[in-house]
Amino acid sequence: MLSRTADSLFWLSRYLERADNTARIIDAASRLVAMPISYAGESNEWESALAAAGALEAFKQLYKEADRDSVIDFLAFSSLNSSSIKSCLETARNNARAVRTALTSEMWEAINAGWLDIKRYDGTKMDRPKLNEFLTRVKEACLRFDGSAYRTMLRNDVYYFSRLGVYLERADNTARILDVKYHVLLPAEAGIGGGLDYFQWSSILRSVSALTAYRWVYRESLKPWLIADLLILNEQMPRSLASCYANLSSYLDALSAAYGRQGASQRTARSIRTRLQNSRIDDVFQEIGLHEFLTDFIAENGRLGGAINAQYLV
Amino acid sequence: MPGAFDEMTLPDGSSRPGYEFLDSWLKATPPDLLALRRAEAELLFRRIGITFAVYGNTDAEERIIPFDIIPRILTKPEWTRLSRGLEQRVRALNAFLTDIYSEGEILKAGIVPPDLIYRNPYYRPEMAGLKLPYNSYIQIAGIDVVRVDADDFYVLEDNARTSSGVSYMLENREVMMRIFPDLFAEHRVAPVENYPEELLATLKSVAPPTAPEDPTVALLTPGPYNSAYYEHSFLADKLGIELVEGRDLLIRDNAVWMRTTEGPKRIDVLYRRLDDDFLDPLTFRPDSALGVPGLMNAYRAGNITLANAVGTGVADDKAVYSYMPDIVRFYFGEEPVLKNVPTWRCREADSLAYVLEHLHELVVKEVAGSGGYGMLIGPAADKKTRAAFAEKIKADPDNFIAQPTLALSTSPTFVDSGIAPRHVDLRPFVLSGADKIRIVPGGLTRVALKEGSLVVNSSQGGGTKDTWVLDQ
Repeated sequence: MLSRTADSLFWLSRYLERADNTARIIDAASRLVAMPISYAGESNEWESALAAAGALEAFKQLYKEADRDSVIDFLAFSSLNSSSIKSCLETARNNARAVRTALTSEMWEAINAGWLDIKRYDGTKMDRPKLNEFLTRVKEACLRFDGSAYRTMLRNDVYYFSRLGVYLERADNTARILDVKYHVLLPAEAGIGGGLDYFQWSSILRSVSALTAYRWVYRESLKPWLIADLLILNEQMPRSLASCYANLSSYLDALSAAYGRQGASQRTARSIRTRLQNSRIDDVFQEIGLHEFLTDFIAENGRLGGAINAQYLV
Repeated sequence: MPGAFDEMTLPDGSSRPGYEFLDSWLKATPPDLLALRRAEAELLFRRIGITFAVYGNTDAEERIIPFDIIPRILTKPEWTRLSRGLEQRVRALNAFLTDIYSEGEILKAGIVPPDLIYRNPYYRPEMAGLKLPYNSYIQIAGIDVVRVDADDFYVLEDNARTSSGVSYMLENREVMMRIFPDLFAEHRVAPVENYPEELLATLKSVAPPTAPEDPTVALLTPGPYNSAYYEHSFLADKLGIELVEGRDLLIRDNAVWMRTTEGPKRIDVLYRRLDDDFLDPLTFRPDSALGVPGLMNAYRAGNITLANAVGTGVADDKAVYSYMPDIVRFYFGEEPVLKNVPTWRCREADSLAYVLEHLHELVVKEVAGSGGYGMLIGPAADKKTRAAFAEKIKADPDNFIAQPTLALSTSPTFVDSGIAPRHVDLRPFVLSGADKIRIVPGGLTRVALKEGSLVVNSSQGGGTKDTWVLDQ
């Protein structure tokens, strides 16, 4: 298949995953700020949301202060932000149009209808109900696309490249969300069942749709190291770094089997996966340091993206 | 235009051959049902996603071309004569191009004036003296023909560069078969669905002689922003070939390769839907980001076939068009089967004077124009428009030709007021391979939906119809 086609598919998935992720970040932040300060703490949640979306630097070049309206506009609607939800969906749809014959008609209809739906929102007068409606539609559009890909695509290289985009982006997103909040997860700062931390912790889980999953897995009250364990090392948890790398490895192996050739991307993915498999959450906290671990992971994940690009997409 | 020849109904009210069943069926079918079928058809087109972009109209970024559900019918004898004429025409065009890019016999013989060729913007000096495999220049042609009576077909335009519209021919048939299965049961309609197969066979047949037995073919598109992009992706899909853009290609050892996820892959035939000007920034427009630097070198080295060849535009120029009957006679010693519309070349002083005097009854076209842009329809224009156009002609007479306003035939069309005659033309697609010429029976019928209008171009409010060639 053409490298450009693979590249468009890969980025199509990445942009949709990013849109979905940003929608969850906005959702979690707006819940947290709605709480009394004595529960949620005094940190600027809007600034954290920008950082989690990896958009803080770009934001600061345009705005002085991060408040509700400016952050929602920037993260969800702004055409000046190439990673805003609207920009992501538009780019995804353009990519889909460029590789239309590689998609199934169900996938095309999902992305096309999703874009037409989202396009109607211009970001003005975003009160809470309207914002909710918007975020729900974004999440639904991404789900529909993902679902139609899963149900209708042939399992060949076209499918593998679109999956690689999903998991590479997702790993990056989960790591960033954790890194922005790493300080509230540190044992030193974790008060004993203080209300403040509880809401911060549940907000992290909510931003990756894992609050219920946590209870199913640990059957315990929220503990910061267990939250980190769930989102970093637990392969059952579909947004965890470990699960993303189980998938990345398996799709890269499928590609190398189909093409009869291995390269840097297979080796990189395998080594990152092995490290995740061999880690224990205690070591992450006590020996490496959570922040250092995450920073390192984000860089490694970026390197894998570069390797995939060099090996297949150019 | 009153008194135009109608393809279904004779002046006495009886139906012409081939239309007997359709005529009575239309009379028996309530307009409500037709409206329902039309809505169904439109839904199908939207769902398949056939859209086209209109240049300079950002609001209507993706429109669908209006589709008329009443088919246009040609009988077998009519089609046989037409296809014989098309074959002759395309052979003549190929012979002409072979000649003007080598010996130039027809110029030496004084049949066609040399400056019309050598000063033509579509003449490519890079092609002079280059021997193309099988002398094959125009592999895909869309010849626009019109009728004015029961007997004759006139050629309006030879599209010898990158003619489009074939996807509509195929999709129109697909939709018609879905919404009117009963009508197909009553007629023996020759199929068109094998067009992609014929096209692929044609493209493979003209591969460089050094290419492997099963050559690799790819379709080169300017990209998603091109108005015909839908057609490009549609055809690539049907042909089972890669749809490539310039940036997907690279030149290595004077050969053309595409970048794939498994490394570079060699291409032997490029069905290019990109104009000459943009093909290779090293040879043509240096600002073209759509083409491939070095493509012309590979081409001249004989390592790639471009379909159509570079420089074919000189043959579908409207001034050269006027010489086509002579061109046919010169190479084959035969009379042309298809007629030419009488044409005044404004470059000739007598003709210019005549044209300026008779603007109110003529159609004036730019010699290199297409798509219905830059033309004047004298009888439909007001005095002021005509006067302004006269100035344009006087300023650059070489750039214009004029033709009488033809009373194009009409075909019954389902419009708001019911079923009414509307003017139509026909673009059959002629494929010339190294082995033979292939023409699928049918083509794209375009219809001017506005009452009395003679402009059928989709960019100017035209629609399309399915074209039926009856097989008995």
